Amino acid sequence: MVLAAAMISSVFTGCGNSDAAGSAASSAATTTTDAAGAATSATATSAAATTTSDAATETPATTASSTVSSSTDETASVSAAPITGTVTAAGSSALLPLAQAAAESFMEENPDCVVTVNGGGSGEGLKQVADGAIDIGNSDVFAEEKLDAATAAGLVDHEVCTITMAPVVNTTLGVSNLTTEQLVGIFTGEVTNWSEVGGPDTDILLVTRPSSSGTRALFKNWALGGAEEASNEALETDDSGTLLQTVEQNEGAIGYVALSYLINDSTVSPVSIDGVAPTLENTYNGSYKVWGYEHMYTNGNGTDAAGAFINYMMGDKFADSIESMGYGVSSKMSDEAVASHN
Amino acid sequence: MNKNKKAHPYRNEYLGRGVVTACGLFIIMVTLAIGAFLIYQGTGTFTKYHHSLAEFLFSSDWSPVDAATGGGGGVGAAVYITGSLLTCGLALLIATPFAIGASVFMTEIAPKAGSKIFQPAVEIFVGIPSVVYGWIGLTVLVPFIRDTFHAKMGGYSVLAAGIVLAVMIFPTITTVSSDAIRSLPEDYRKAAYGLGSTRWQVIYKVTLPAARSGIFTGIILGLTRAFGEALAVAMVIGKTRAFPKNILSPTNNLTAAIAADIGNSASGGEQNMALWTMALLLYVVSMIFILIIHRLSGREVAR
Repeated sequence: MVLAAAMISSVFTGCGNSDAAGSAASSAATTTTDAAGAATSATATSAAATTTSDAATETPATTASSTVSSSTDETASVSAAPITGTVTAAGSSALLPLAQAAAESFMEENPDCVVTVNGGGSGEGLKQVADGAIDIGNSDVFAEEKLDAATAAGLVDHEVCTITMAPVVNTTLGVSNLTTEQLVGIFTGEVTNWSEVGGPDTDILLVTRPSSSGTRALFKNWALGGAEEASNEALETDDSGTLLQTVEQNEGAIGYVALSYLINDSTVSPVSIDGVAPTLENTYNGSYKVWGYEHMYTNGNGTDAAGAFINYMMGDKFADSIESMGYGVSSKMSDEAVASHN
Repeated sequence: MNKNKKAHPYRNEYLGRGVVTACGLFIIMVTLAIGAFLIYQGTGTFTKYHHSLAEFLFSSDWSPVDAATGGGGGVGAAVYITGSLLTCGLALLIATPFAIGASVFMTEIAPKAGSKIFQPAVEIFVGIPSVVYGWIGLTVLVPFIRDTFHAKMGGYSVLAAGIVLAVMIFPTITTVSSDAIRSLPEDYRKAAYGLGSTRWQVIYKVTLPAARSGIFTGIILGLTRAFGEALAVAMVIGKTRAFPKNILSPTNNLTAAIAADIGNSASGGEQNMALWTMALLLYVVSMIFILIIHRLSGREVAR
């Protein structure tokens, strides 16, 4: 049901964009989008200024290889020039709320462009962006996992934020910490009563997500060490909202959701893993392992407007909003955290 | 026509015929195109990944690979097929007596109130979106089953799905059945009364048997709707990939399984293909239902 709502819901926003930045050379995709964001946000930090100059230095290369050289020069001189265009994005439902919020505030700053963000699932988002049906494909997983190698090679990955997954239990249960072994035992169906892991004498009720879900894939990889969940003994829910409701209604229930679902929700209790609480801080410093990148894929470099939008999402200005919604800012990930996921 | 004497006298005839023919052909083409597309996508499980039809229908090993290439997993959909059959069967068991009773009441017992109050009420039933039924089922029925029967898996069960489906197909069966009863020639009833039958005898011995094929049509239409319903069932069935141990156990069905994974699964991959095959199965089953309805109404005409 939420899926349907997500697919229908579309956010229209405007986006101002600088032509030149978006159409720069492919290797400089990230750099140029940074430049566009800095220009748009009017408060150019020194770092942003540096990237702008990077883009400028690359202009000759662009001039040599592409037909948009004149517009590149033009925009370089008038970097704040608003540019109209439309951006269509679809895919991951985990990223949907953040992408919609980003689209909304992007519109306020750049009223000349329209950004539409839809759900539909990671697989669908990747397929559509590879087919050229949309500008941005949102995904919980790397494109290589869902598309064949040749198709995936044509897509450019933007790791716009991180998402942290937390096990959740019913608030009356009184379990606040589980070891990895206990967690694996519970989700593989070997442990069936809470008393076996230090809880009350209550049957465990597993609440999971569909096997193709990105949330489930992350949880399986990083919390369960790759162990397969016992689908034959678990309730499966189409979306995290339903999962939360199910956990809330059943005393012995355990499930897992993204941190973004817990930020303003006290109907369930998050559970620490091996004594480490599922928080953004612990994700940043690398002590909490169950997290992953949220990806926005463009076909090649994508359109100028799409580049500007992605750049806005990854920019400093939007970082606070990312954190307030329970997602992690990619640039804040510590080296230890990044290294542990490679 | 008089104002434009040069127009061909049959111009409107041809125009009208052309338009309606185009509409008819278009609908037929859409139906055939959907069928062809489902066959194209759904046979990939057998041609591209070399699974057997028997494995798909009778195995419960569901572990397809969710990647763009590479197979080797299992595509046994028996759990889903069983879940669909059980929930629909239960829904029919619950809904049919109510529906036939209601249709007799609104046609034979209280025809005036039937056409003024009952019929519109039932029609409103048809118009309620399935998500509403599912939502009510999830928030009222599921906790009720959990607390009343102490169901182990939180009340998500075949029973909950059967009841929700029964409520959804009840109006379909009722409407079609009452239409069938109403369309019976008045002579039947008069003749029966003339022989000294009581009202119940007329209903039981004459009306219902005479309207039998219409009632069956209603039941099968209801079954078709129940079989194809995804949203409401998905919310209350629990979607556990296991055969139900009893009526209070959760299980899964074809439509809910398709809806859960079709968006996220890798396009063209083994899992995606297996889901298309399940969609093809639903299409084939509903075709069979429609064929049965045609056989029934055909017999009616022949008689």
